[in-house]
Amino acid sequence: MIRRILLALCLLAAIPAVVSAQTLRIALREDADLLDPTLARTYVGRIVFAGLCDKLFDLNEKLEIVPQLATGYEWADPVTLIIHLREGVTFHDGEVLDAAAVKYTLERHLTMPGSFRRSEIASIDHVEIVDPATVKITLKAPSSPLLSQLTDRAGMILPPKATEAAGKNFSQAPVCSGPFRFVERVAQDRIVLERYPGYWDAGNIHFDRVIYQPMPDSAVQLANLRSGTIDLAERVLPTDIAQVKADPKLRIVTSPALGYEAITFNVGNGELAKAPIGQSKLLRQAFEAAIDRQALVDVVFNGMYTPNAQAVSPASPFYIASVPPPPRDLAKAKALIKESGVPTPITVRMNVPNTPDRAQEAEVIQSMVQEAGFDVKINLIEFAASLQAATRGEFQSYLIGWSGRPDPDGNLFQFLATGAGQNDGHYSDAVVDKELKAARESVDPVARRGHYETALHQLRDDLPLIYLQSPVNVVGMSAKLTGFQPVPDGMIRLRGLATAK
Amino acid sequence: MRGHLGGRIAQIIPTLLLVSVLVFCLQQLMPGDPAMVLAGEERGDPRVLAQIRAELWLDRSLPVQYLHWMGNVLRGDLGYSWRIRQPVLSLIETKLPVTLQLGAMAFGFAVAIGVPAGIVAAVQRNRFWDYLANAIGLAGLSTPTFWLGIMLILLVSVNLGWLPPSGYVPLTEDWRQSLATTIMPAFVLGNAIAAILMRHTRAAMLTALDQDYVRTARAKGLRETRVVLWHALRNALIPVVTLGALELGTLLSGAVLTEQVFSIPGFGKMIVDAVFNRDYPVVQGVVLVTAFLYVALNLVADILYVVINPRLRGS
Repeated sequence: MIRRILLALCLLAAIPAVVSAQTLRIALREDADLLDPTLARTYVGRIVFAGLCDKLFDLNEKLEIVPQLATGYEWADPVTLIIHLREGVTFHDGEVLDAAAVKYTLERHLTMPGSFRRSEIASIDHVEIVDPATVKITLKAPSSPLLSQLTDRAGMILPPKATEAAGKNFSQAPVCSGPFRFVERVAQDRIVLERYPGYWDAGNIHFDRVIYQPMPDSAVQLANLRSGTIDLAERVLPTDIAQVKADPKLRIVTSPALGYEAITFNVGNGELAKAPIGQSKLLRQAFEAAIDRQALVDVVFNGMYTPNAQAVSPASPFYIASVPPPPRDLAKAKALIKESGVPTPITVRMNVPNTPDRAQEAEVIQSMVQEAGFDVKINLIEFAASLQAATRGEFQSYLIGWSGRPDPDGNLFQFLATGAGQNDGHYSDAVVDKELKAARESVDPVARRGHYETALHQLRDDLPLIYLQSPVNVVGMSAKLTGFQPVPDGMIRLRGLATAK
Repeated sequence: MRGHLGGRIAQIIPTLLLVSVLVFCLQQLMPGDPAMVLAGEERGDPRVLAQIRAELWLDRSLPVQYLHWMGNVLRGDLGYSWRIRQPVLSLIETKLPVTLQLGAMAFGFAVAIGVPAGIVAAVQRNRFWDYLANAIGLAGLSTPTFWLGIMLILLVSVNLGWLPPSGYVPLTEDWRQSLATTIMPAFVLGNAIAAILMRHTRAAMLTALDQDYVRTARAKGLRETRVVLWHALRNALIPVVTLGALELGTLLSGAVLTEQVFSIPGFGKMIVDAVFNRDYPVVQGVVLVTAFLYVALNLVADILYVVINPRLRGS
């Protein structure tokens, strides 16, 4: 009998008890912008929304689309999407979440002045209420990326009454249907949320409060994490990982991210496109051949990131494994330069946003390609100024990244299609345009993959962008935290997250 | 004296007007289109950009934009933050007390360290204490605020666990916690100014100690402490007070870094974020209020001269 009791006690001690009634403090790398899903633009804003607003769908660790506020969906035909809603869900003000709220929210995204969701869901023609738990979305043309857009801000449903009443000031006191409701916001200091007792999955919520604190400096963030002032820090720098790992009170969780880091070349935007590197694909191929991606990752990112030669992350099912990043080949680089007939040294001006890691990355690239005959002139430039320069064509090459989207369309179309919004280098190719459009309009994953592969081969030849590596989401947290879900989108999901004692 | 003060006050208005025009024009010279920053990842969509420009009056001419803003300012409306849509005035109202508290504490540290150190250095001229004070002063001047802040956090917060590295709370909410979270940043911020104050106090005291009235005071048989603290120091303090007022600039620019290191939601952090996000109304509002404070503080310094030195009263 005593042995049994002892055994039971040992077992009890071994099972970490999940303790409620606590505050979770999360450090963000910058302050969020407007807390209104229709108007919000920033990555950190999305992290706050992960606590505040549920979405029709969510992503899991494998990047599969799983239901959240929806319980399921089906395509009645390629332009008709039927979504079935979870019943019994209420907003933070008690209003019931139903098909009318979904219709209201999607229409708000589509029509509100200043909406940043409009371009994401522009394929929607109209939304109809079938019954309180079913909506029918009719598209203008088939669009496979739509579902993945509904796993982000476009899929966050708002209460019609409270939203109408608040008007443009909705972001000052947002009302949503997520696990936590809004308490207060002190600009640049904190955003405080408290547990919403009426949440549909309340059993999976183990904190009473969540406080998001912006801490832009990585050293400051690290010191706060180590002293226990914060419980979790997003986007820990690769160079800080060793310190976090050395601390027994902390741990690191990584997941492959959706974005990429790349060099964009100006191949057709204004005068500066006339530089040899913009005009000759042979030179761009030589430039790539002179870069050692693995060494770049090892030196600048502590070996944490993954060398990559395509826009899609290796975490994505659309990653084309048959196109691995080529190794460095200096002889090939020199031969290509010779073939191009351009005399060396070939000057290449590179705009680089002035963050320490990007500056270092540019310097490593500079020394690598110098051996092939390129003279890279680094122009360190403040981020906002670099964006303007890019749009105006005031660059020959531009070292810049993209945070990434779960659907490959979000990493490709707007950067490479002719005339697309962020196609700063004004690249234009008929094959790429055709394949990207076909992939966008197909709902068959196998066919889409085929289109992306064809486009990739063309892009590998033209090299309007040289993709360098795919980053990794690095989250540092107290070793006591359990239940963290490392999803490649980098969001901090609060369902299931708890403190073990 | 009254006329002099009146004149000084009258100067404030054109000064502030000039500052407002300057900051408005300088912002336009900054590279980077605010509409593009606000558009974020939608910056490639011309419709989005046009919409933002129209909403924020960015599609009007510069003089029209300025007059529109100035008209609102004169009515007490500093506009709203483009990024987070909160009124600039209420942002300033919440941030200013934080930086004032930090600044006052920092200045307290600076005076408590700098002035006595300067006096000791002057009295002990070219002796051990003078050299020591100079060495410490030089170290204080040449230590970057940023580095000192991080080092203190690592030592006091991470290793010793005595004080929290961040998590500011207002004085009115919990004064103990408020002091606990501001004492380190105030020390860091005060440190550089203490060094400057020390060097100026020392120089002014050396001059004062050589004056005839000091010799007379000593000849009268006064105790040395009274000679130093009453006769010499009072005269030596005049340049120090001016310097104190001028150091407000150092204090505010230092606050930019210190607030960043200690995550204190003050003025400095606000302006840095606003500049990087091209949040013009916030930048303009903050600069205008800072300029006003600067001018006002110099006026206070002028008044203090007269209080300290009665000879100026006739002028």
